[in-house]
Amino acid sequence: MTSSQPYRLVSGGLIDRAAPLGFRFDGKSFAGFQGDTLASALIANGVKLVGRSFKYHRPRGILTAGSEEPNALVELRSGARREPNTKATTAELYDGLEAASQNRWPSLRHDLMAVNQLFAPIFVAGFYYKTFMWPARFWEAVYEPAIRRAAGLGRAAGVADPDHYDKAWAHCDVLIAGSGPAGLAAALAAGRGGARVILCEEDFALGGRLLADGGMIDGAPAAEWITRTLAELAALPDVRIMTRTTLFGVYDGGTYGALERVNDHLLSPPEHQVRQRLWRIVAKRCVVAAGAIERPIVFAGNDTPGVMMASAMRTYVARYAVTPAKRIALFTNNEDGWRTVETALGAGLQIAAVIDARPDVSAERRALAAKAGFAVLNGSVSGVEGGKDGVRKIAVSLTGGARAEVEADGLAVSGGWNPAVGLTSYHRGRPKWQDDIAAFVPDGAPPGMVAVGAANGAFGLGDCLRQGFAAGAAAAQSAGRSGNAGTSPTADEEAFSLTPLWHVAGKGKAFVDYQHDVTASDIELAQREGFESVEHLKRYTTLGMATDQGKTSNVAGLAIMAALSGKSIPETGTTIYRPPYVPVAIGAFAGHHRDENFHATRLTPSHHWAAEQGAVFVDTGLWKRAQWYPRAGEKDWLESVTREVKAVRSGVGFCDVSTLGKIDVHGPDAGAFLDRVYINTFSNLAVGKARYGLMLREDGIVYDDGTTSRLAEDHYFLTTTTAKAGLVMQHLEFCRQVLFPEFDVQLTSVSDQWAQFSIAGPSARELLKQVVDESEDLSNEGFPFMGAREVALHGGIRARLFRISFSGEMAFEISVPARYGDALVRNLMLAGKPFGVTPYGTEALGVMRIEKGHVAGPELNGTTTAADLGLGKMMSTKKDFIGRVMAGREALVAPDRQVVVGIKPVDKTRRLRSGAHIIPKGETPGPDNDQGYVTSVCFSPVLDQWIGLGLVERGRERIGEIVHAHDPLRGEDYDVELCSPVFYDPDGGRQRG
Amino acid sequence: MRIVCPFCGERELGEFTYLGDAKSARPAAGASEDEVFDYVYMRDNVAGPMSEYWYHGGGCRAWLKVARNTLTHEISSVEPAAGVGAKQAAR
Ligand SMILES: [Zn+2]
Repeated sequence: MTSSQPYRLVSGGLIDRAAPLGFRFDGKSFAGFQGDTLASALIANGVKLVGRSFKYHRPRGILTAGSEEPNALVELRSGARREPNTKATTAELYDGLEAASQNRWPSLRHDLMAVNQLFAPIFVAGFYYKTFMWPARFWEAVYEPAIRRAAGLGRAAGVADPDHYDKAWAHCDVLIAGSGPAGLAAALAAGRGGARVILCEEDFALGGRLLADGGMIDGAPAAEWITRTLAELAALPDVRIMTRTTLFGVYDGGTYGALERVNDHLLSPPEHQVRQRLWRIVAKRCVVAAGAIERPIVFAGNDTPGVMMASAMRTYVARYAVTPAKRIALFTNNEDGWRTVETALGAGLQIAAVIDARPDVSAERRALAAKAGFAVLNGSVSGVEGGKDGVRKIAVSLTGGARAEVEADGLAVSGGWNPAVGLTSYHRGRPKWQDDIAAFVPDGAPPGMVAVGAANGAFGLGDCLRQGFAAGAAAAQSAGRSGNAGTSPTADEEAFSLTPLWHVAGKGKAFVDYQHDVTASDIELAQREGFESVEHLKRYTTLGMATDQGKTSNVAGLAIMAALSGKSIPETGTTIYRPPYVPVAIGAFAGHHRDENFHATRLTPSHHWAAEQGAVFVDTGLWKRAQWYPRAGEKDWLESVTREVKAVRSGVGFCDVSTLGKIDVHGPDAGAFLDRVYINTFSNLAVGKARYGLMLREDGIVYDDGTTSRLAEDHYFLTTTTAKAGLVMQHLEFCRQVLFPEFDVQLTSVSDQWAQFSIAGPSARELLKQVVDESEDLSNEGFPFMGAREVALHGGIRARLFRISFSGEMAFEISVPARYGDALVRNLMLAGKPFGVTPYGTEALGVMRIEKGHVAGPELNGTTTAADLGLGKMMSTKKDFIGRVMAGREALVAPDRQVVVGIKPVDKTRRLRSGAHIIPKGETPGPDNDQGYVTSVCFSPVLDQWIGLGLVERGRERIGEIVHAHDPLRGEDYDVELCSPVFYDPDGGRQRG
Repeated sequence: MRIVCPFCGERELGEFTYLGDAKSARPAAGASEDEVFDYVYMRDNVAGPMSEYWYHGGGCRAWLKVARNTLTHEISSVEPAAGVGAKQAAR
């Protein structure tokens, strides 16, 4: 297998050579091993060119070995699972992996869009603002489509994601981010201390930099220490280690967001398993051991494939046993970069030269160079010769002015390290500058959080272990755990001497932000044009705004700006850090809440029966309600609804109204309490009676309506509209607890406990007699209109019966415990057969309420007063109630308000549409003479024409007036007559009969 | 954000509903329109410590008075809001 991987070392690495894997990149087949990332496997196969850059389509290679990667973005997988902008450096290799390069056409090697480079002058900073300002309509028609075609990164799948995503909660004492030496030491101390520990590691292997850099801990090789530590942690009772899990956000109250890539490392998730899981972790303490990110140095040609971060280069050699280059040069400004030389030499690779920008290189290093036979050049890399096939030659400006050239096929670069300050800065924290490492380090952290090790600017192994251990022990203790943490692991101190170097002047493009193609000259331009503030710099040049959020570029960018504007780096400052630390798929945030599970679905007690009848359902809030019950031969909904209405008005029908909010109000002060929340009076309601009630908001606008019944001296049963069920409960609890604590009253939501049906029509009583026990008197005298009481049904079930009518017919509402709802409808159907009983849906319900002029949601729209609805007389003048004073405000009682009125087209054959505006007849419609609009419409089977309700200025005074309905949305204009809103049985004889 | 409900213990933000300023009490019956207007509409836009109403609708249905710093989201106290908005309690 190795023979097919020409850049694979014959031994070493943390790969499983016994587990070969096949994969494809841009259609070509390659091989790798278990333990590889896509990036390491590509390197093993000598693939240097992996993508094209965003603006200029320049050839790009792999720059890093981690989640900070700006270049090596690919489309991973295919079809519905195609995932754009996936980092090859973190994508684990699996057998059958398919990946494609992005942002090139027609192919990666021959990208015609690279012609953009010739037009580079127009792609300078701010080019969007400068080039495409005028003419405005050109933006949508020409520029934006062109830019999108040219500049897009990967392509989304374009079809629904076939995988499942999960969301979960976890709780712990100590949360640790990172499993490097500091993180493992923290876990050890906290775990030994007795704390409940969760450690999140974004990599699939534990150990952080130890995996590549090794070292000696407690006198043993790091790998041994990791094995020993993991064994001890596994034996502790409450330490949970989560690999492939990135801590991406910090929220209030010790809540953290983490993304677990459960099955991203497989071709597809095993059956019944999720792809990814979004964790919300609640932790008393958090130890951030997230490490540091090595930063590039900005020089001409620094984006040539083969130029790589020094730490990444040695990661590929040591951890993956692959060689990014055969002959490596190192460009460093610090001691740590030299590790790469040691690792490369250890693996038998050739070092071309070390270009060290520091004035002094230690004698020890020089001796190493002499022994290995490479030159140490004091100076800087000023240019790179090469192209899509990689680096060929490196130009060096030596200190003192001379020039030199180095022949190499790979260039390792180290400009120092930036602590990963994201997590510590997400609460608008601003990191502080630390001179000796020339980097920003955390300055405080969100409550309960502490940064340790490299994330805290401590780069030496000994420091990492000591800080991590101390923080873990302290965190356990402050979480109330008192176990003995024992002693900290130790390691030798390491020197980290660095001479800051950000930018080397030279000819050619020198990239700061690789992913957004922001160059040093873009920053110079921004500075010249006055965009000096870092927030302006960011937006003007788009520095740090790509998917990598500037992990490798931000600090260099602002260092260059600082130098240009003559300020120090800390004076220049950083932009605000915001989560997520790495991109998180929307699918993970959605979890299972998609498609039909987007929200919870509430089914009425008669739902399954209605479905058996072939009912058409409509979503009302969370509820599914039967809208109508089509019958064979009916040509459309209107025919079905009209039949249902006629059946009710001539015989009997029933409708599930269980969705109404239902609240039991108990207590000696129940009546007095209701007097405060309704505009009308309930304390004087007789036991056994129901009354329609209207509630206002405190600002005087109508809030909700419904029927409330008095079942006993100290027990009322209150109903709300379906839409406001939850909100009214909340409002009433506020009134009860906060505003009127003097009342002895209790509220119980019983919306889900009762199945409620409306039984309406001239034969309603006869039907009801079939299900109610014979002993109950249902006669007009024994149970008159607006009566309410408990009754026994056949078989002894207790029901609540209300003689109330929304339809205008003689009607009852019957409530049974919800579990009997299904049995009740089936019984009503059976018993109602002789009466031609007809189930009706929400449409027929709506038709009948419009025919009766009852207001509903479209009229209770949050702007209407009781008087607007024609219910002003209900407002008691004898008591205080919510909204009383504000309802009396001048504008709310003005005579020219829009009030509820009936509306019917003059042409009886014409359809009325809600939303049409009412304009005085003969006038040209405009905002000045808009007098209101049609709120609700229906086809009235009784009147055999379309009718409606509307809110019209002075409507009640204008009954009989012909006005104009103007419907610009549908392009309709027609005359309508304003009329009484009660179209049917105006004296109410039918409902009382 | 997490709120320690005095009845239920520490619970996640999603269980609670925010109402707003818990400073003013509802004027008693007979109050002037101006007084009620102020109660209904006049609110300070506080940057710092604030007293707020929160409803534990996902738990015990208690209305709570929460002292929260709007700049840091730090919660310094949570207590039942019983009678907090009542005129007689305010005196
Ligand atoms: Zn509670």
